[in-house]
Amino acid sequence: MYGKKVKLRLLFLSFIFLIVVLSVFLILKSLEENVVYFNSPTEIKNLPEIDSKKRIRVGGMVKEETIKLNQNQIRFVITDFKNEINVTYSGAVPNLFSEGKGVVAEGYLKDRNFFNAKKILAKHDENYMPPEVKEALEATK
Amino acid sequence: MLKNFEPNKIFSITSKAPKYILFIFIIVISIGLLEALIISPEDYIQSHSVRIMYVHVPSAWISLGTFSTIAILSFAIIIFKIKSFVLIAKSLAPAGLVFNIIALVTGSIWGKPTWGTWWAWDARITSMLILALFYIIYILAWRIYDGSEKVDKLTSLIAILGAINVPIIKYSVDWWSTLHQPASISIFSKTSIHTSMMIPLTLMTAAFALFSILIFLMKYNTELIKIKNKGLDRL
Repeated sequence: MYGKKVKLRLLFLSFIFLIVVLSVFLILKSLEENVVYFNSPTEIKNLPEIDSKKRIRVGGMVKEETIKLNQNQIRFVITDFKNEINVTYSGAVPNLFSEGKGVVAEGYLKDRNFFNAKKILAKHDENYMPPEVKEALEATK
Repeated sequence: MLKNFEPNKIFSITSKAPKYILFIFIIVISIGLLEALIISPEDYIQSHSVRIMYVHVPSAWISLGTFSTIAILSFAIIIFKIKSFVLIAKSLAPAGLVFNIIALVTGSIWGKPTWGTWWAWDARITSMLILALFYIIYILAWRIYDGSEKVDKLTSLIAILGAINVPIIKYSVDWWSTLHQPASISIFSKTSIHTSMMIPLTLMTAAFALFSILIFLMKYNTELIKIKNKGLDRL
């Protein structure tokens, strides 16, 4: 089999590797709050206290039939199918922003139910298909 | 046997291979581009911007695959002292870095029309940037410590530690909430990309893989010639 030196090197390398993996894991774990790109409405609901001056991101689905356009303001509801949050925003929205699709809103919390967005990002899912296939899928529903 | 490849013997094979690979590459990329840009349908929600996927996704795969290969070779270099792997690992890095940068740039171009932003500090994108930094450190270490005896060990260690990032990239979209969408293709479940879009994706991946092999062989041949010129007959 392999010599003593090979085993020793293997042991030493595994040791370094494990220590670095463990450190990376601990760092990511302690920074989890910052590693996540957005919070869900449920996480917002469960916040111990809200800071209305801190810029945060809320993400989820745009609830069906909730987009309302005023003169220069757009209102909609972000849902994670457990909790909801009302969002107001004035400005341009990305092309993929629509009802029933994913969205990430960046801005400030007014309270646990109202969010004032400064920026809207569309989040799309992992499904890719031609329009005809989508229509066929809808038809069979 | 693995320990002492004769550079002359290898060179007689690797110096001829690029011709043939270039030939196959041109055929595959021609069909791939035809499929990706013209034949394949537009997406039901993203319309034509879905075509960026056929460059973005293969590039990301190739850069991850290349780094994993370098890390596995580096493991063999450190533990089993297989000298002939050193030049292979060294020569793989440039193509990997190029595809990593292509993945980041095309991702940015794709992000603007779909998400509404060029860049987001989400876990997937940030970990991909860290991979690019590891490629750069790896290549720089080769440059800076060129000729030193310790350079094999140093670069191998960088590659092995950088490999920790690879599963983080893969699972970042599952572990944390990210702006980047989750994986569409998985071994264990049905892929969520329609067949008409899988064809160009597969072809482009094959084309990019061939291209990175081509770049690798050119780099590898250059390294072999350098060794020959030093008058060594063994690696």
